[in-house]
Amino acid sequence: MSVSLTVLLMLAPAAASRDTCRDCHAALEGPLAKPAVEFARDVHAHSGFGCASCHGGDPTQEDPALSMSRARGFVGKIVRTAVPRACARCHNDASLMHKFKPQQRVDQLTQYLTSIHGKRLAQGDTAGATCTDCHGAHGILEVRNPQAPTHPLRLPATCGRCHADTRLMARYGLATNQLAEYQASFHWEALSQRRDLSAPGCATCHGNHGATPPEVSSVAAVCGTCHALLEELFRKSVHQPLFATMQRGGCSVCHGHHKVERTSVDMLDGQKSVCAGCHEPGSPGARLAAEMGRRIRELRSALDRSDQILARAARDGMEVSEAVLRQQEGREALVRARVAVHTANLEEVLAWTKQGMAVAHATWQAGQEALRERDRRRMGLGVSLCAIALAIAGLWLKLRSVEASRPGL
Amino acid sequence: MERAMAVQAARRWQGWLEERLGWDRVRMFLAHKEVPVHSGTAWYYFGGITLFLFGIQVATGILLLLYYRPTATEAYESVQFILTRVEFGWLIRSIHSWSANLMVLTAFIHMFSVAFLRGWRRPRELTWLSGILLLGLTLAFGFSGYLLPWNTTAYFATKVGTDLVGSVPLAGPALARFLRGGDEVTGATLTRFFGFHVAVLPALTTALLGLHLALVQRFGISTPPWLESRGDVPQMPFVPNFLLRELMAWYLALGVLGMLAALFPWPLGEKADPFAPAPAGIRPEWYFLAAFYTLKLLPSHIWVLESEQAGLIGLGLLALWWAALPFWGVRPDGHERTRLLTGTGVLLIAWLSTFSVLGYFK
Repeated sequence: MSVSLTVLLMLAPAAASRDTCRDCHAALEGPLAKPAVEFARDVHAHSGFGCASCHGGDPTQEDPALSMSRARGFVGKIVRTAVPRACARCHNDASLMHKFKPQQRVDQLTQYLTSIHGKRLAQGDTAGATCTDCHGAHGILEVRNPQAPTHPLRLPATCGRCHADTRLMARYGLATNQLAEYQASFHWEALSQRRDLSAPGCATCHGNHGATPPEVSSVAAVCGTCHALLEELFRKSVHQPLFATMQRGGCSVCHGHHKVERTSVDMLDGQKSVCAGCHEPGSPGARLAAEMGRRIRELRSALDRSDQILARAARDGMEVSEAVLRQQEGREALVRARVAVHTANLEEVLAWTKQGMAVAHATWQAGQEALRERDRRRMGLGVSLCAIALAIAGLWLKLRSVEASRPGL
Repeated sequence: MERAMAVQAARRWQGWLEERLGWDRVRMFLAHKEVPVHSGTAWYYFGGITLFLFGIQVATGILLLLYYRPTATEAYESVQFILTRVEFGWLIRSIHSWSANLMVLTAFIHMFSVAFLRGWRRPRELTWLSGILLLGLTLAFGFSGYLLPWNTTAYFATKVGTDLVGSVPLAGPALARFLRGGDEVTGATLTRFFGFHVAVLPALTTALLGLHLALVQRFGISTPPWLESRGDVPQMPFVPNFLLRELMAWYLALGVLGMLAALFPWPLGEKADPFAPAPAGIRPEWYFLAAFYTLKLLPSHIWVLESEQAGLIGLGLLALWWAALPFWGVRPDGHERTRLLTGTGVLLIAWLSTFSVLGYFK
């Protein structure tokens, strides 16, 4: 095995100089030509690898009997179950990968074997996804290439090729609504609308090569990779042990799985309340949630009111930039209050709403003072204009008297 | 008895001053100074209004100097401090800014009125030239003062402006470097512009203004030639008749200035961030808009010159042509080139107003 690997690797530079595989296959028609055409844009081709690097054989020979000779290492089409190890021959080799991608990980196979896909394939289920299902076989592109099926913007659709396939998923008893739900989520909106490539896609939560559904106990940890503070607060809350006992997956109890919607204070009480799913109306839990909602809304309204008065003062030319800057403190307190909801502790929320209200009060006062100052200025202007008008009138009278004494001008 | 003593004391003082200052000669001069009266007399007030606004600039500028700090790290904050913490600081700063703009406007009106009323004719060529130079200094005041609050629009407008200076053939790059104190607009540029704004330009303006006013006194206010030929143009005494009217005009200007400053306080904007991308719609002050928009409209190359070079040469020649008005406005036989003068003046006004409006809205 190691001998054949060495031979294959030695073939790589030669492939760059001569590759009869591609020459012949490009001249063929139909499916036999496709690999040669697609390989032209493949990242491996750009790095100097040829067909023989994976399929073996001798690409320097024009005679098919020699170039595709088993004696020369030709393996032909790689069966699905052998694909992961075929890829891993290079991708598991740190010293080789270092020459092309020094920072690339080399544990993809290890991870893959732990994944549900890898486990299925190991059990002989050839429908289990393997490397080529996500990356393609002959036209493999780098993940950062927007055309790549593994690019963050395309990955959901790539996963959805199988996971939205009702016939295929029926064999495993899996739902097929994940893609549709994800594409209705705030995460997808951030990714697709705002082009925020750091927004979570399928692989962010499930892993890529080691793809597996997060267990109930690890949901919070998965969400916490991005929402670290929220996870920390949730772990301190009364909900965490309860959800664990109830075998319910942490964050997803309130926020859902794939269809994670934009959060709002309305999730606490009212028609859209998620708390109401467990806490009956009038119960202590529902009352606590309603109080949190009320305080947060109160702070938001106060900050909005301050924004309005400051905007009005600014429109009238008043310098209120300090108060406007201070408003950011209030907005930050509002965010912190909303975040503190995850503690399910009213005192934690109140600590931030009180701080925010103090800011809102101060900025409101600053806005009012600015408007009072504006009015004072206008009053001063009125008085000054009267004085100026009087002065002009006085000068005019003087001029008239002067000119009356010297008629003819 | 007491009144007689007071009168006697006043006369003594008057005599003491007269002996040292020769004040009577000035009084006699003013008593005999006259201003022609005709339908265009009102235009004469704009020179005085410009002078009045310059005085306001000096006074408010000195007050701003008490708190302003000319460094990139402190300039914006110091202006903010003036606006929010200093008693009437907002008014002083707003008046300074509005007065600067009104002064440019009245200086332009004064220039065109002098051109159309033929105030540049012999022997007033130097009065005209010194006036043109004063207008140039006024624009330089505007350009240098615009940067001083160190806000975003000022920063990028100065960048564009100094880039244009760098396009001047031959001396441009060196001149731009001199103005900026380096290759980019930095704190060094701010310090330099401050120096120009409060020392170099005021010194030059004071000297030139002294010359301009001395020449106006020396030759008096000109009478338009079409009235001069009729003879016996009515005159009014400068003191008090014209002076009283001028004072009324000054009060009126003060009222307009106060209204603008109080109702539309000059905004401070956001602090300049040299590392941020230039915001959209950056444009210079309104009085540079016509030139700015003209340069924008030019094709990338004209003959062997790049558009900006060709544009600056063209605008420079136009300014020189206009400054040289006294030397081409009259034929050697003594007759005026009326059509050429009127045509040039009207076209200039049309270009300045149209392109300024287009430059503002596009």
